[in-house]
Parts: sequence; structure tokens; C-alpha cells
Amino acid sequence: MSLTAEDAGEYSISIAALSKRYRPHAGTEALLALENIDLRVRRGEFLSILGPSGCGKSTLLHIIAGLTGAEGDIRVHGRKVVGPDLDRGVVFQDYALFPWRTVLDNVAFGLEIKRIAAAEREEIARRHIAAVGLQGFEERYPAQLSGGMKQRVAIARALAYDPEVLLMDEPFAALDAQTREILQGELLRIWERTGKTIVFVTHSLDEAVFLSQRVAVITARPGRLKAVVDIDLPAPRHERDVRSSAEFSAVRHQLWELLADEVNKASGYGLESRARAVGQASPGWFATLAGAFSRRAG
Amino acid sequence: MIRTLLLRASVAVLILGAWEIAPRAGLADPTFLPPFSSVVDALWNWIASGEIVRHVSISLQRTALGLGLSILIGVPLGILIGTSHLFAGAFDGPLQASRQVSAIALFPVFILFFGIGELSKVMIIFWASVWPILLNATAGVTDVDPVLIRSARSMGARGLVLFRKVTLPAATPAIFTGIRTGAAYAFMVLVAAEMIGANAGLGFLVLHSQEVFRIPQMYAAIVALAIFGLVLNKLLLVLEHNLTSWRAAATGH
Repeated sequence: MSLTAEDAGEYSISIAALSKRYRPHAGTEALLALENIDLRVRRGEFLSILGPSGCGKSTLLHIIAGLTGAEGDIRVHGRKVVGPDLDRGVVFQDYALFPWRTVLDNVAFGLEIKRIAAAEREEIARRHIAAVGLQGFEERYPAQLSGGMKQRVAIARALAYDPEVLLMDEPFAALDAQTREILQGELLRIWERTGKTIVFVTHSLDEAVFLSQRVAVITARPGRLKAVVDIDLPAPRHERDVRSSAEFSAVRHQLWELLADEVNKASGYGLESRARAVGQASPGWFATLAGAFSRRAG
Repeated sequence: MIRTLLLRASVAVLILGAWEIAPRAGLADPTFLPPFSSVVDALWNWIASGEIVRHVSISLQRTALGLGLSILIGVPLGILIGTSHLFAGAFDGPLQASRQVSAIALFPVFILFFGIGELSKVMIIFWASVWPILLNATAGVTDVDPVLIRSARSMGARGLVLFRKVTLPAATPAIFTGIRTGAAYAFMVLVAAEMIGANAGLGFLVLHSQEVFRIPQMYAAIVALAIFGLVLNKLLLVLEHNLTSWRAAATGH
């Protein structure tokens, strides 16, 4: 597939024939982690990447971020990705805040790299800290904050240097359910306000359905693009109880069907048969299956 | 807080009281273990006459020069080994072999090369203290959380900027652990060096007092050494605390 200049206008991210091989140990045969992925993300779109654990969805995000290389053609706004750059902001699952820097200095990090003058840097950082509801915490250190607050800082940090694309790698996976829902709502508000293109990696069906305009489902290893599903839910989702609507359940079920085989493949036969047995016996089968997703690699 | 202070004070009083009473009550030979008050007396006389100043300052000078040299060489070399595969490959073997050689064993060699004067003493302190400093600096830069490096890289940090803004601050606590361990080794070797071919210094004072059978003075010199070591460690802790204040904030101290 060739990419033309028009693509750069309409699409924020264009991925063509992406494959990723890696060697678990030096000298061993290379394994295929991601295979022949074609994916385009429109400007200002919220797209989630959903897949079983170990399918390479985080790797895919890191490739877009330029943190790791791959075969194929990967472009952000028409420019070939050759490494990390300030046109993309990354939010990691484990916050990745610098423990020796205060909230203010963490948020200002990207601005320092961008060589923005100190006074302006502070002004921008304070504005973004306020935008995630952390006024008054500017001088705190990360260790003095809760998980939810840390992830707010990480989001503020990624937004502070104004990247066009926000890449989020299971950012809420380590948070408790309530904090997670609050941050999901806030993320939607941020997305609406800033109009950023957001690529959001998750293993949670509910999260993907609630947040996204489209969901890309990745298969179990090697990761291939299985389907891209449109989520047509009314907006603004964070202001209504979208999660308990019939449409929400219908889309979630559609995604679950796509995902179920992949989860079974990823988690092995023992788990598969157990999940089936539980599935027939009780309504808790989904929870059991969801538990088979690991929180770690995606 | 007050309770712990009281507890500590009473333990100290108990130990020193036993030291005072044992020789007086005939439980210990006062020739070999004079009462604590006579030790304090000896120490006070040195302070009053100003004689102790000469010994403390020469010991301090030797420690500062040896330890300073260790920091100047150990920290940059350790960081280089930790960040460069080339350096690590080239230096690992020789360094592992060298650090097994006891500083005390090398003293005759240093005397041979540098004479019996100050240089050989500084060199032996350097040799003893450089290893923990170097190894901790290496560990510090190699053990930086890869997530932090990835995060900084995602914001465009590379090369020297990445090193200065992420690797170095992340490694600072480990580097300080190395320096404090190095200081403890330096202090240990200082005493040994001052017992061989020296005419001043706290270590000399201990051995010399014993040789001329001024036993209270011998104990007074040992007490002075303990105070010297405590002050040195406290100074380094204060310095470390100031340079890594974010860690104190994290634990709420």
C-alpha cells in the first residue's frame, strides 16, 4: 500500500504492512510478534487497540511512539516514524514519573527538552496541572501522590508540550475501578476539549467501548488486525450513564465475540475449558474470562 | 521521641557507668582498663593543650585527600563502565581482580613507590575506598528503571540530555551509598596506615600511647577516633539528604 499526500491530511497515523519480529534470546530464532498490520487513525479520532495479553498491542503503541523499530511503513502526519518525537505524547501504565522531580517539574520535562524558556515553561505546566485538577499539588513529589493522581500528572505531562497525538498504554489498568471510571470520564473531556488524536491500548472491553470511536481488535500471537469496529454511542458519553444502555451491551457483546477465541488461544487450553465450564454454569463467566487477561504486557 | 532519647541516654549512662565502676571495684585491672573519668580527663587535657588538633587535622587531611581522590576517579569511571559496553568489557576483568587485593597488603608497595610520607597514606586510603564508590556508581546507572528512560525518550530526550536529566539523578542515591561505604573503608584503613610509619594522626596516637604505656591516653585516642568517624558519617548523611531531598519527601521525614 502506498501513501499519498492526501492521507497526511485526513489521517493522523498511517500504518501499512507493519510486522515486528524479535529474538527472545540472542542466537535463537526470531519470533513474529506482530504480522502485517494495516491501520489508519483519523485526525482527532479516539481509537482503542484491544487484544488478549501478549498479543503485542503495547508493542504496536511503542512502534508508533518510535520507541522500538519495526518493518513496514509507519507514518504520523505523513512523516515516517524514525524515533520518538514531541509530535507524539506517551502515557504509560506505570506512570513513569521522575521521582526526583516535583509535579511541576515532571509536567515541564517535555517543555525543557523543547527548550522553552523557564517562565513560560512554568506557566504552561501550571495550566496543565490545573486542567487535570491538581492545583495545589505542584510542589509535591510523585511518591506523595495516589495512583490516580500520578496518572493525572502523567497525562498533564504528555499534553503540556502539545503533541498532536496522544498514545496511551493501558494507562488506567493499575487503578481501582472507581478511580478508573473517573479518569475515563476526564479523558473524554480532555479529548473533546483538545481535539487530540488518541490511540488507547487496553485489555478491558468496557473501557474500549466507553472511550472509543473505533476499536481495533488484535489477535493472539502473532498479533494481526482481526477487525476494526465502529462504536456508535451517543455523545457526550461521560455525561450520561452510557455503560448501562442497551447499545453499550450490544457493542460490547460484538467485541467480546471477536475477542473470545483470541483470549482462549492466548491463555491456553486448560483455562479455556475451565472458562467454558464456568460460562455454562453461572453468569460470572465473563468475569472469569476477563481475569485471564493479564494486566501486564499487551 | 523524648522516650527514645531517654532510653538512649540511659543505655549510654549504663555502659559508661559500668566502665567507671568496674576498675574501681576491682572487677577489671585498672592498669589495662582505667576508669572512664580518667579517659575523659586525658582527652580534655589534649583539647585544652590543643595537641589533639594537630592529630585530628592530619587524619582529616589524609581522609579528605584519599576519599576525595576516590570520588573524583571512582564516580566518573563507574558511570562510564555502567553506560558503555566497550568500557565495561575492557575494564571488568582488571577491576574485578584489582579490588580483591587488600589495601593493607598493598601498603608496602605504596611505601616502596611513594615513600613513607603522606602520599603513600593517601594512596592506601584511595585504594580502599575507591571500589565501593566505583561499583555503586556502575550499579546506579545500570539499574535506572527502564520505564523512566523510555518515558524520557518518548519526550525526545537523547544522549547527554537524557543522561543529565534522568540517568544521573536516578543514580544519585546509589552513588551516595557508595561514597558513604567508601568513607567507612577509608576511615578503617586510615587508622591502620597511621599505625605504620606515622608520627601524627589519631591512629598514631592510639598505638603510641600504648607503646609508652599511657593507657588512659590510648583509650582517649580511641574515643576521639569514634567521634571522628561519627562526625564524618553525619556530614555525608547531611550532604546526601540535601542532594536527594526528594527521597525524604517521599517517606515523609
